[in-house]
Amino acid sequence: MVEAKSSIVRFERVQKTYDGETLVIKELNLDIETGEFLTMLGPSGSGKTTCLMMLAGFEPATHGEIYLNDRPINHVAPHRRGIGMVFQNYALFPHMTVAENLAFPLQVRRFPKADIQARIARVLDMVRLSGFESRRPAQLSGGQQQRVAVARALVFEPVLVLMDEPLGALDKNLREEMQYEIKHIHENLGVTVIYVTHDQSEALTMSSRIAVFNDGVIQQLATPSVLYEKPENAFVAQFIGENNRLRGTVASEAGQFCDVTLDGGGTVRALKVNVDGAGAPTTLSLRPERVTIEPAGETAENICSGRVEELIYLGDHIRARLSVAGNDEFIVKVPNAHRHASLVQGTNVRLCWAAEDCRALDASGNVSGPV
Amino acid sequence: MRTADGVPLKISLQRALVRSRIRALLLVVPLLAFIAIAFVLPIGDMLFRSVDNRIVESILPRTAVAIQDWNPNGTELPDEAVFEALTLDIKAGVKARTLGRVARRLNYEKPGMTSLFRKTGRRTKRVAGPPYKERILKIDNRWSDLNTWRLIRREAGALTSGYFLASVDLKTNDRGEVVWQSEERRIYLTLFYRTLWMSALITVLCLLLGYPVAYLLATLPLRTSNLLMILVLLPFWTSLLVRTTSWIALLQTEGVLNDVLVFTGLISDDGRLQLIHNQFGTFVAMVHILLPFMILPLYSVMKTIPPSLMRAARSLGATPFTAFVRVYMPNTVSGVGAGSIMVFILSIGYYITPALVGGRTGTFISNFIAVHVSETLNWGLAAALGSLLLALVLALYLLYDRLVGIDNMKLG
Repeated sequence: MVEAKSSIVRFERVQKTYDGETLVIKELNLDIETGEFLTMLGPSGSGKTTCLMMLAGFEPATHGEIYLNDRPINHVAPHRRGIGMVFQNYALFPHMTVAENLAFPLQVRRFPKADIQARIARVLDMVRLSGFESRRPAQLSGGQQQRVAVARALVFEPVLVLMDEPLGALDKNLREEMQYEIKHIHENLGVTVIYVTHDQSEALTMSSRIAVFNDGVIQQLATPSVLYEKPENAFVAQFIGENNRLRGTVASEAGQFCDVTLDGGGTVRALKVNVDGAGAPTTLSLRPERVTIEPAGETAENICSGRVEELIYLGDHIRARLSVAGNDEFIVKVPNAHRHASLVQGTNVRLCWAAEDCRALDASGNVSGPV
Repeated sequence: MRTADGVPLKISLQRALVRSRIRALLLVVPLLAFIAIAFVLPIGDMLFRSVDNRIVESILPRTAVAIQDWNPNGTELPDEAVFEALTLDIKAGVKARTLGRVARRLNYEKPGMTSLFRKTGRRTKRVAGPPYKERILKIDNRWSDLNTWRLIRREAGALTSGYFLASVDLKTNDRGEVVWQSEERRIYLTLFYRTLWMSALITVLCLLLGYPVAYLLATLPLRTSNLLMILVLLPFWTSLLVRTTSWIALLQTEGVLNDVLVFTGLISDDGRLQLIHNQFGTFVAMVHILLPFMILPLYSVMKTIPPSLMRAARSLGATPFTAFVRVYMPNTVSGVGAGSIMVFILSIGYYITPALVGGRTGTFISNFIAVHVSETLNWGLAAALGSLLLALVLALYLLYDRLVGIDNMKLG
C-alpha cells in the first residue's frame, strides 16, 4: 500500500484458536487505512467475525498484536478502545427509548446534558429519524432499528466503526437502501468503517477495499473492481461474482500467457496468474459476460465448442447454460440482440474469448465454494 | 352480511366454529372438574366455616328461639320460658352427646363455659319439671350472671364474626364491644407480622443467592450450564422431608456443624450454637428449599437476553459494572418480579419446614392454622386465619400488579 496514508488499525501476525487445536485465524497481517471502508468478506466460518471481535476486544488474540492508531490494544478493555460497533441483531437496549439508547454512550462518557441533547438531535437527523426520540426499539421497524443502531455507534464520534453483518436481518429492498445510506454516512463523516458480510454484492457496492477471507486466511485484499476483474486465486474468482471454471494442465508458458490443455479436451491460451509452471494443474477462470458465441467461420484467440443445455430468458439478456470441455455448468450471458435469437437447445455452438480474460489460477479451487 | 344462500354471515360463522368449541371444551373439562373439586369447593368451604355459627342454633334450638324475646341490655335474667327451653335443650344434648361441642364453641368466647355446661348437663337429670329457673340457678350461680345469657343470645345467630376477631387478637367483651384480647392471649398479629417479615427476608436472600447462579446458568457454555442446572434441580427430586431433616442433622447442637466448630476449637463444648429450632433454622432451610423457585424464572428471563446487549454496552464505553447495572439488570426485572412473588407467596403459606425447624420463634401462621385444624379442632378459627392469609396474598398480588404489572412476569 502507499505509505502516505496512515494506518488506523494494524493486525500483526495475529493468530486465534478457540480450542487449542485448530486455528480460526491462521496468520493475519492487515493494515487498514484511516477513512477507508474495508469489508471483510467470506463464507461463514472463515474467521471474519472473529477478526472483528478481536478488534472490538471481545475475543483475545491467541498470538500476535493488534494496533489501533499505532498503540497495541491487546490488553485494552473493550470500553476503553473507543470503537463504535453495530451488531447483527442491532443490540438496541429494549428497556430504553431511542433517545436513551443514543444518550447511553454519551452519559457513560460524562458529556454535559445540553451537549447530549444536541448530539442526539444531530445524529437522529443524519439517519432521518427525527421525532422518534421517545419510541422504544420494539415500536420501530427493522430498518428504523438498524438506523438507530448505526446512529448509536456514531453518536460519540469514534474514529473507527465496526459493523458485523448489520443488514443481515433486513429484506432485500431495505438492505439495498441501507447500503447506500451507510455508504453516504461513511463518505460524509470520513469515519473509518470495517464491515463484515458474507454477501458479495453488498461488499462490492459499499467498500473501498475488500478482504476476502477463507479458512482463516485473507485470500485477496483489493478494491472491488480489481477483485472482480483480476482474482488471484480460484477461491476469489469463484466467490466474487459469477464464474466459469475449466480444469486443465499447463502445457507451456509463453511470456505472461500460458497454454493449457483442458481435462475435457482441447487447448486454450490463458493469462498466467497463479500457476507453478509447465505440467502443473490449473483452474481457468472466465467471467460469463466475457465469452461470446460466434457464428461459424470467424476466428479468435480461443475457440471452443459447446452444447447448449438450457436457455433462460431474462429480458435484457439470455442466460445460456452450456456444456464445455466436460463442465456442464458453463454459463454465457447472451445479449438479447437479433443475431442471437437463433440459439437452440441441444445444438452445438462456437464460443470464443480473449486470452487476457481467461485467468489461469491455482488448482485448489475445489476445496471450498460452490461449483 | 349474508352468505350465498342467504344465511346471515355471523350465524354461519358461529355454526362453523361450534365443533371446534365443543372439542376445546371437552379437552378442558377434566381440569375444570378437578379445579372445582380440589380448589374452588374447599376454599369456599373454608371461607364459609370462618363465619359459620350454626352450632348453637342446632344444639340449643329451643333456647336460641326463646332468648330472642329477652332484652340483653336490661338487668333482669331471662324468664322461666327460656330456662325451660335451656333445660330441655341440655337434656337432649346430653342424650345425643352433642353438648360438649356447643360448650366448646362458647368457651372460645368466654372461658369457663365448658365446665358450666358439663356440670349443668350432669345435674339436669334431676330437674324433672318446673320451676326450671329456680332449679337451674341452684346448679350453678353462673346462670345468674347476665353475661352468660348475653353470650348465648349473641352466638345464637347463624353467622359470627368471632373467629375473624380472634384471628386478629380481638374479641367481643361482655358488653358486646370489640376490644383487644388480654395481653397474654395476643399471638396472631405477632405471627402474621413474623410470617410477613421472615418471608420478605427469605425472598431477598433467595434473590441475592439466586441471581448470580441464574446469571452463570444463562451465560456458561451449554455443557457446564446443564451440569449446574442439575445441581439446581436436585433439591426438587429429593423429598422435602429429607431435605428438612438433614438440616436438623447438620445444624442441631450435637450436629455436624457444631461438632466441626468444636473440633476446630472455634467454639467451646459448652458454647455450642443454637442453629436450629429458631428463626435462623427456618431461614436456612426455607431459603434452601425455595431457591429453585427464584433461580428458574430468573434463568428463563436471562436466557432471552442476547449476549450482544452487554457487548454493545461495553463497545459504547460502559465499564462492565455500568453495563451490568444499566443494561443487564433492567432487562431481568420481569424475572426478579416473577421469582420474588413466587418465593414470597410460597413462603408465606409454608408449613412443614417451619414446623420442623422453626422451634418457638421461627414458626409461621400456617403452623397455628395446622394446630387449630388437628389439635384444638377449632376449625372456625383455622378457617378465619386461612382466609386472612388468602386475602393477604391476593392483596400483595394486586399490589405487585400495580407496581410491576403482572403482564411483565415471566415464569418460563
